[in-house]
Amino acid sequence: MQFDFDAGKYAIYVWPAFVLTAAVFAWMIADSLSAARRWRAEAERRQAEAKGPRA
Amino acid sequence: MGARNHNKNPFDFLANPERFMAFSRWAAPMFGAIAGVLAVVGLILTFTVPEDYQQGDTVRMMFIHVPAAVLAMFVYLCLGIASFLALVFRHALADAAAQACAPLGAAFTVLALATGSLWGKPMWGTWWVWDARLTSVLVLLLFYLGYLALRGGIDDEQKAARAAAILALVGVINLPIVKFSVDWWNSLHQGSSTLLAKPENRLPAVYAWPMLVMQLAYLSAFGALWLVRIRALVWRRKARSLALKAAEA
Repeated sequence: MQFDFDAGKYAIYVWPAFVLTAAVFAWMIADSLSAARRWRAEAERRQAEAKGPRA
Repeated sequence: MGARNHNKNPFDFLANPERFMAFSRWAAPMFGAIAGVLAVVGLILTFTVPEDYQQGDTVRMMFIHVPAAVLAMFVYLCLGIASFLALVFRHALADAAAQACAPLGAAFTVLALATGSLWGKPMWGTWWVWDARLTSVLVLLLFYLGYLALRGGIDDEQKAARAAAILALVGVINLPIVKFSVDWWNSLHQGSSTLLAKPENRLPAVYAWPMLVMQLAYLSAFGALWLVRIRALVWRRKARSLALKAAEA
C-alpha cells in the first residue's frame, strides 16, 4: 500500500475540494454540538429556576 | 389496554421525546465513532488507489463528491418524510427531525455542487453548465434554502413549521428529477455507476470500495449530526416552554 498525494497538474482542483469538504464537515460538527450544548444548558438553567422557589 | 393500543402506533418510538433522548444519548456518539473510523479507512483507500486512465488524479474527488450528492438527496427524502409526519400526525419530534435535516442537507448539497464544479473544470472544461442534473441539484439547494428561510422568517413557530413542511413536500417532486435527469435528458453528467447500475457502467472494484466506504462514512456522520441537532431542538423547546411558564407565573 502506497500513498499518492501528488495530484500533479490537477492539484489545484483536487486539494481545494478536500479542504472545502473538511471545512464544511467541521462547520456541521461545531454548529451541531454548540447548539446542543447551548440549549441543554439553557433548559437545565430554566428547570433549576423553576424548581428553585418551591424548594 | 390503552397503553397497548398506543404502542401499536409505528411512530410511537420516535414520537416519545423521553425515549428518543434516551436512545439518541448513545446512538449519536456511536454513529459519530463509526463515521470517524469509516472516514479514516475511506481516506486511506482514496489516496492509495491508482489514478484513473482517463480522469487521472481527479478520480479521488469522486469519493467525496458522489457521497455528498447522494446525501443531498437522501437528507431531503428524510426532510420530506419528517415533514409529512409532522403535518399529518402533528408529532413535535417529527417537526424537530425535519428542522434538523435542513441545514445538514443544504451543506451536503453545497458540497456536491462545489466539488462537482471543481471536478468539472479539468474534465469538462467548464465550472458549470445548465445541464439537467446540475440544474436540478441547484433547485434542490433552493428548496433547502427556502425551507430555512421560512423557518427563520415567520415569528409564529407553528405557522413557520406548517409553511416549511408544505414547501418541503412540494420539493420532494424534485428528487426523482435529480435522480433520473441523466436518463431522461441528454446530459453532460455521467449516468449512475454505482453497484445498482448496469454491469457495463459499474465502477471497477478498485474504485467501488473507497466509494462504498466513504458513502457509509457520510451516512453515519449524517446520522450522528441529525440526532445531535434533534436533541438540541428538543432542549430548545423545553427551555422556551419553561421560559413561557415562568413569564406567566
